[in-house]
Amino acid sequence: MDPVTVVKGKVSVLDRADIDTDQIIPKQFLKRIERTGYGEFLFYDWVRSGEVSLEPNPILVAGRNFGCGSSREHAVWAIQQFGFGAVVAPSFSDIFFGNCTKNGLLPIRLAEADVRALAAAGEATIDLAQQTISFAGRTLPFEIDAEIKHRLLNGLDEIALTLEHVHDIDAFERDRLPAGPVTTAL
Amino acid sequence: MPKTMFDKIWEAHEVRDGLLYIDLHLVHEVTSAQAFEGLRLARRSVRRPDKTLATADHNVPTDGTSVTRMIEDVLSRQQVQTLERNCAEFGIPVYSMGSDRQGIVHVIGPELGLTQPGTTIVCGDSHTATHGALGALAFGIGTSEVEHVLATQTLVQRKPKSMRIWYAGELGFGVTAKDVILATIGTMGTSGCVGYAVEYAGPVIERLSIENRLTVCNMTIEAGGRAGMVAPDDTTFAYLEGRPAVPSGPAWEQALDRWRTLPTDDGATFDRTVDIDGSGIAPMVTWGTTPGQVVEVTGRVPSPDEFAEAADRETAERALAYMGLDPGTPITDVPLDRVFIGSCTNSRIEDLRLAAAVAEGRRVADGIRAMVVPGSAQVKIQAEEEGLDRVFEAAGFEWRSAGCSMCLGMNPDILAPRERCASTSNRNFEGRQGAGGRTHLVSPEMAAAAAIEGHFVDIRSWRA
Repeated sequence: MDPVTVVKGKVSVLDRADIDTDQIIPKQFLKRIERTGYGEFLFYDWVRSGEVSLEPNPILVAGRNFGCGSSREHAVWAIQQFGFGAVVAPSFSDIFFGNCTKNGLLPIRLAEADVRALAAAGEATIDLAQQTISFAGRTLPFEIDAEIKHRLLNGLDEIALTLEHVHDIDAFERDRLPAGPVTTAL
Repeated sequence: MPKTMFDKIWEAHEVRDGLLYIDLHLVHEVTSAQAFEGLRLARRSVRRPDKTLATADHNVPTDGTSVTRMIEDVLSRQQVQTLERNCAEFGIPVYSMGSDRQGIVHVIGPELGLTQPGTTIVCGDSHTATHGALGALAFGIGTSEVEHVLATQTLVQRKPKSMRIWYAGELGFGVTAKDVILATIGTMGTSGCVGYAVEYAGPVIERLSIENRLTVCNMTIEAGGRAGMVAPDDTTFAYLEGRPAVPSGPAWEQALDRWRTLPTDDGATFDRTVDIDGSGIAPMVTWGTTPGQVVEVTGRVPSPDEFAEAADRETAERALAYMGLDPGTPITDVPLDRVFIGSCTNSRIEDLRLAAAVAEGRRVADGIRAMVVPGSAQVKIQAEEEGLDRVFEAAGFEWRSAGCSMCLGMNPDILAPRERCASTSNRNFEGRQGAGGRTHLVSPEMAAAAAIEGHFVDIRSWRA
């Protein structure tokens, strides 16, 4: 994952609530076994029917509960590969939010009124280190988990970070491992 | 200090702050290929193949094709073959096509007894909360997290908040677990449970069978919940005893002792509690394009004006246009083209028995194509031993083989544009069952009765 510091530029607006990951990347494009090649299929059905037309700007602005439904990480890959570096919405689904942070796509939560003001402003600068988003002469703070922020700013591999604590995992398995099913014994 | 069941399971699995140990990792073909590739590129191995199990479900044709290389769709075939190759390379047991243990990942976990009380379970699939029905803490995760769990057997996870939804009273005749969860999503909204692990409790839940509890927990994600769970009790233990992965002899007794300590202590506090009157729940039918857009079967398609919030009005307008419905139309007047009985929500043996009881001695209405898709090879075998396949076929239903089928249209089972379907699955999103397809979510009995009549009926008063 490349480090993420500043996302700056125009916004593309999709003023809808409850945008689910089936809309972001429909199921027929989930059969690929690579992490690439999804950008051109972003919002495929909506784009094909002509009801949505999106510019590949740096920032996507959308309605509440963005990314609900299926856990498919392909949704994040598609948004990123289309050209977006950040998504701003009043709220996100938990799994989608987590998936964003594993790939360096910035998910930013703002109050609904601020999201609308951002959509009207048309462009913004998001500074992750400062945890601010600036548009139309205003600068607003946003919240992000400190560990996620550290990982994004430095482009760190989460697995490598966890493996720095592999001795804790070893100790857990040695001393505290709860009894559980054994799949290889079936 | 009194603790919730969620607290107890969380604390028993916390390796260090924010790092959770995973007891069971279920894997399927759609969300795993890139994770295995990541391991390969970083020269990492799978830490605990003995806590990992794979099956093929999303891409599997349900027409009786029993060998992977016979899958006609090139990309589907490649995805299942990739899963088989990855599992062989990394030493992970896999029940792929042709295995008598193959099936929908959330059906085979409980069926094999792998889903056990007090365990942590993850899968690269949002419906993983299903497994919470047996008192497990089960999360859906993305592909990067699949790779993380494969490599470390842990998951980086901030502790969600806790919620208890308490169902008082008792369910009326013809009201099922599916109606309980659809009514709950209608009440909570599609994001009402975001950030929470939900414990379903109360007399209504205690009286549900395990398979019915699986249906309730399955759709937790449709209200945005991270996990859904039910306290283990004698119903749970009776379900588990004797299943392949469940211990026997003295180990079974020890397991029971452990499991009995899991339920939430008296006086434990939740971050949020919600009360729902179970006696007031009716058979439910979704009318829109989110599972929260749902009404009682005796209701009508709502008008966007009925919604207070602007966002809800806009969503309703779009949903009505997509669904081709006029406000004010009685739900029972909505004509259907297709009926689908299956999916990780409603494809277990009890679901099929209830649907068969409705179908027995009757005929699917002219012009309706109705399919029954068992959730696993084992469910199929059992249903055929009980003669349910013959009941369905005599009534004009298609009897298929195990897989995700028409729940998500990654296999040949899909809707044509504008086809309208009564479905026992979990999502009525635009295009979910096929581009332009129109999905109404209902219980298995409601779906079967709709197949007979060609439109929705109130199962409580229906006699064909």
